[in-house]
Amino acid sequence: VNVVPKIEVSCTVNGSAHTLTTYPMARLLDVLREQLKLTGTKEGCGEGECGACSVLIDGDLVNSCLVPILQVQDCAITTIEGIAEGSVQQAFLECGGAQCGICTPGMIVAAVHLLAHTPDPTEEQIREGLAGNLCRCTGYGKIFESVLRAAITA
Amino acid sequence: MIVNAAGPPVLRKEGRAKVTGQALYVDDVTFPGMLYGVTVRSPIARGRITRIVFEDGIPWDEFTIVTADDIPGKNAVSLIVDDQPFLAKDQVNHPEEPIVLLAHPDKYLAEKARNHVRIEIEPMPAIFTLEESESKSQIVWGQDNVFKTYLMEKGDLDSAMADADLIVEGEYTTGAQEQLYIETNGMISVANAEEGVTVWGSMQCPYYIQKALLSLFGLPEEKIRIVQMETGGGFGGKEDYPSIIAGHAALLAWKSGKPVKIIYDRAEDMVATTKRHPSRTRHKTAVSKDGKLLAMDIDFVIDGGAYATLSSVVLSRGTIHAVGAYSCPNIRITAKALATNAPSHGAFRGFGAPQSIFALELHMDKVAAAVGLTPDEFRRRNFLHQGDTTSTGQVIREAVNMDQLLDRALELSGYHEKRIAFAAGNATSRRKKGIGFASFLHGAGFTGSGERYLQSIITVEASRGGIVRVLASSTEIGQGTNTIFSQIASQTLSIPYEAIEIAKPDTNAVPNSGPTVASRTCMVVGKLIESASLGLKQSLIAAGLLSEPYSHDQFQSACAAYIDQFGALKSSSQYEAPPGIFWDDDKYQGDAYGAFAWAVYVAEVSVDTVTYEVQVDDFVALQEVGHVIHPILAAGQIEGGVAQGIGYALYENVVWRDGRMVNNQMTNYIMPTSADIPPIRVYFEENPYAYGPLGAKGIGELPMDGPAPAILSAIENATGVAFTHIPLSPEDISRSLTTQEPMVLHEVAP
Repeated sequence: VNVVPKIEVSCTVNGSAHTLTTYPMARLLDVLREQLKLTGTKEGCGEGECGACSVLIDGDLVNSCLVPILQVQDCAITTIEGIAEGSVQQAFLECGGAQCGICTPGMIVAAVHLLAHTPDPTEEQIREGLAGNLCRCTGYGKIFESVLRAAITA
Repeated sequence: MIVNAAGPPVLRKEGRAKVTGQALYVDDVTFPGMLYGVTVRSPIARGRITRIVFEDGIPWDEFTIVTADDIPGKNAVSLIVDDQPFLAKDQVNHPEEPIVLLAHPDKYLAEKARNHVRIEIEPMPAIFTLEESESKSQIVWGQDNVFKTYLMEKGDLDSAMADADLIVEGEYTTGAQEQLYIETNGMISVANAEEGVTVWGSMQCPYYIQKALLSLFGLPEEKIRIVQMETGGGFGGKEDYPSIIAGHAALLAWKSGKPVKIIYDRAEDMVATTKRHPSRTRHKTAVSKDGKLLAMDIDFVIDGGAYATLSSVVLSRGTIHAVGAYSCPNIRITAKALATNAPSHGAFRGFGAPQSIFALELHMDKVAAAVGLTPDEFRRRNFLHQGDTTSTGQVIREAVNMDQLLDRALELSGYHEKRIAFAAGNATSRRKKGIGFASFLHGAGFTGSGERYLQSIITVEASRGGIVRVLASSTEIGQGTNTIFSQIASQTLSIPYEAIEIAKPDTNAVPNSGPTVASRTCMVVGKLIESASLGLKQSLIAAGLLSEPYSHDQFQSACAAYIDQFGALKSSSQYEAPPGIFWDDDKYQGDAYGAFAWAVYVAEVSVDTVTYEVQVDDFVALQEVGHVIHPILAAGQIEGGVAQGIGYALYENVVWRDGRMVNNQMTNYIMPTSADIPPIRVYFEENPYAYGPLGAKGIGELPMDGPAPAILSAIENATGVAFTHIPLSPEDISRSLTTQEPMVLHEVAP
């Protein structure tokens, strides 16, 4: 059924080198979840709207559901599993930034990305920085508080 | 010893697994040899199935194929009325109705194959609106398209109407709303004759699924096991439809002899599963010159879609909430749930109440204006007080003080000052500012006799190490069940929060504590945990092994000694109605709910008169929900509900074409983002409820009721136009503000 041949893609994921054999248009999201068993990255919509599948590629925040695997040759990918447990996760716990938890890994990846570039963000910058990550549970307020607290406690 | 009564609130019980990405949702799990299941659905709204064609180009011999003919038991989803098939056999009644199931080891091939099954259907006439259903131009369900009706009467409506100083009428409509949990629906099943059927998945109500699968397979209870995985949001959307998906996965697993996983993608989840019932409410209100409600005649109609599912109980809650937090001596409510050829509408946070309260609150503003009173003064003259009776004749026993809630909410929001300042500023500004409020109640727990029929039961069991395990079927879906249950058990037993474990909801391992719906988990099930925990403690004390006060070490020693002596240390508790609670099902009269939560929400908006966009600038949510057990979780419930309410009012528009949702993507069904939500300022007035655990009442649904009417009231304040429907789009506002013939306008008192 699949007439396109598989290709080999080399990249690092959470610091480990991988050579992946896969169809060139396979979604990074699926390769992470199915081949590498990194199931912390979630699929919410499959069309780049919700941000549940957020990962970092060479430090840039991307929706992994929109990235064909052939684009990550020689790239460094970071998923929620590769983010050291620290002030951001703790802040989400303390401030009620996670409820059902399904948007949480993507939200934390986005928050880590934001704080890496803007260590002392204003609420406006947080709103902007997380605008690509949808949450249906919290109404966002406690997520903003979490990021503000993480910025202070980092 | 009081544990955790002071200091920072405890952390969410399963929080660490969630923030590290380790929590396992159904799609995170695979089984060896697992197949992927897909669903072939009806392309049209209504018709007779004439042929199912498996087109060329697919290796069909590799597939497991299930149709209605493969069902071992009864082809009906057992819920309230068993009218909905798991798989349509001869006739379809809505678009996307499941007809054929396919499973294959390659999920991409399974998806491709789905598009190569052609369902040939001879179309039958279909209906899509309440008006078409009411007119009975086509009968699409039962004898008359009517799933359920209620008639609620109090006093003498006709005489009161005849004698009234003034009668005010209005009609209000609400649209469908998608729950849009971020985790789509999914199930995995292993099923065979020897072991029976097991299903793991995303759900709110394990025992609902078990009930549905018992009749689907015709197997005994011990052969149907349902296990909840971590669940990424529900909001009512995972109350009834998961029974169908679980059934489908189990049928494929049964036939193939292999584990089968079905995961809906977003488009399928949105197009095929339940949404909030669209509604239409007509009000006719008699009021005295001095602004006292004399009589309320209310006609409340909801669109149930193609099958009965939960519509009768959604209608019930909507009907009972239709007169809200007001006292009126003469009431008549006629209510009906009607059939159309859309996918069945189902549970969504609030369960009928957001619809009827939306209509009520806008209508109260209209009546206030008609008698020349401000919205707040009119409400002060009509609020329910302690000792008053509701529309069902329920005497309000609680010390409710809506006047005080209203005053405080208006003060916190700066309502009066802003009404004046906005009126002055709006004369010259492009962005018209407005502020409005809604005052309302929400009943916690199942309506009427519901809790008595459920007879929920929970168990707490202690280990020799002094760890107490809570066994209940109530599900953690983000709202904090695990945390709240742990707090209740730990505080009742005076042992640390960390010494409580919550058993995974698994019908083989936990008793039936009822469905996780209706704002009942904390108040009703939590109370059972409190009672059972007290029972466990009493067992230790009665055995002479423990005396208060005690340390956790002493508790541990006592548990070990008890277990050595008696084998096990456990305590169960089953629901009993609080004293004095009575409900008459036939007359539909009595104590509709054990307790109500009370609230006043204030919304501040600006309306851009060039783009007609509405921005909610500020939101005050003040409520009385008994004692607040966990302030952060409670505020999280309110903030999340308000955000959904803002979406309901302004953004979330389900676009229908011939009974099918056509904007079934997050790209064009717009839910609020972090950029859309104003600061939501949450306040609690605490008034401990004697029959709730630690004094708590229900909270989950309440915040869905107030935002939409508060926002529309604020838009009226900003623009002078009293809109009467949601979702309210910029296009709707544009049309009214630019039309030559103005819509119903009335003066707005500052």
